[in-house]
Amino acid sequence: MGTYITIMLSAILTDNYVLSKFMGICPFLGVSKKLDSSVGMGVAVIFVMACATLITYPIYTYLLLPNGLEYLRTMAFILIIALFVQLVEIILKKVMPPLYSMLGVYLPLITTNCAVLGVTLDNIDSGYTYMQSVFNAICVGIGFTLVLIIFSGVRSKLETADIPETFKGVPSTLVAGAIVSLSFMAFSGM
Amino acid sequence: MSFTTHILPVLLFAILGILTGALLTIISKVFEVKVDERIEQISEALPQANCGACGFAGCGDYANAIVTKGVPTNLCKPGGADASTKISEIMGTIAEESTPECAVVHCNGTCEASSKKFDFIGVDSCVSAKRFYGGTGACTYGCLGLGDCIKVCEYGAISIVDGIAKVDKSKCVACGKCTKACPNGIISIKKISNHVDVLCSSHDNGKNTVTACKNGCIGCKMCEKKCPNGAITVENFCAKIDYSKCTSCGECITACKRGAIKSCLQLQNVTETSKV
Repeated sequence: MGTYITIMLSAILTDNYVLSKFMGICPFLGVSKKLDSSVGMGVAVIFVMACATLITYPIYTYLLLPNGLEYLRTMAFILIIALFVQLVEIILKKVMPPLYSMLGVYLPLITTNCAVLGVTLDNIDSGYTYMQSVFNAICVGIGFTLVLIIFSGVRSKLETADIPETFKGVPSTLVAGAIVSLSFMAFSGM
Repeated sequence: MSFTTHILPVLLFAILGILTGALLTIISKVFEVKVDERIEQISEALPQANCGACGFAGCGDYANAIVTKGVPTNLCKPGGADASTKISEIMGTIAEESTPECAVVHCNGTCEASSKKFDFIGVDSCVSAKRFYGGTGACTYGCLGLGDCIKVCEYGAISIVDGIAKVDKSKCVACGKCTKACPNGIISIKKISNHVDVLCSSHDNGKNTVTACKNGCIGCKMCEKKCPNGAITVENFCAKIDYSKCTSCGECITACKRGAIKSCLQLQNVTETSKV
């Protein structure tokens, strides 16, 4: 039980993928304009991460590892991740068209989101069991969603703030991102 | 050539690929979204300028709105009547009339007519000049002449002639980007058929306007008195034409001793021939 709590705390707070490991920055900056889209993106990423780990872990342990094919894991994992991203895309297009159009290009970009590939590889490198891996994947997804939600709040404040013309848009967003990341650095001492 | 190092990987990925492919095919059939093919056709009929003058996010968004929400087909300004008729054909409705519109710069204070307060040497933009004591001109309402509107115009329709912005009506598509770019807000989009314009935006009182610019409206109300339709009112020392009443008779043009009201009719004829 203790391991699970450690996994949860480190995945969400201390070793947050976005703010401590620089993974998954593009949706962090790209779809965090509105709360709805960041929640949607977060849920999509949690789903993809969990499902991808569910499949990639057995593929690695029972197919690649016994046959000495570890070097193929990146390729195999990307294939699986792409499958689930495509699934999410097809389902979202049908079930939630507004969210689909809101996420735009960032939805297919989950395929090459380093956070997703990162979590599947990380699970194996950390020597987690199957259950721990899936749990870790979900927690990393939650951490990602949390950061997106926090940042969307910051950005909605930025929209109404009186910022100098040259700072409007990307510059102020990046500065705000740095400050939000600073706040998460406080957890690393825990 | 051993089975595990050479053939197994290939087999493995072939099977994985086929499995994922099959799964995706099934899912995409189950969750198929039927797209109205008219949306695609309308998109093609639109100019794809994505200017947003119709009030939608882009041409694709407008096409979608026409089909799904029944939005009027004549909102596309760059496309004009051509696009409107094409879309109406696709939708099977009668084309709604679309009147050609164009941007008008409400300032007539040429270099010769207006006086300058100081020389501005700085960032070459109206916005920055405006921040510096309201711009170089003695009149703080008029065209700053540094061409912020030119920079946003995607059609090359605006040029600075004699110190003020001039719109080439044959090139203007009335997308309205310049109206937002102008820090003084003196550019407006209006119907070409309403060709009588007040080419001054100064709200200075008569005395100040006289010293600042030879062509400025001083608010003498001569036009207001002469207008047979009561279409002109002077508010804050600047004449304003109500185009719902204006018949473009031109009485005000002759009445204005300052030359602040002008007709853009000559330019309009050029437009019509060049658009054909």
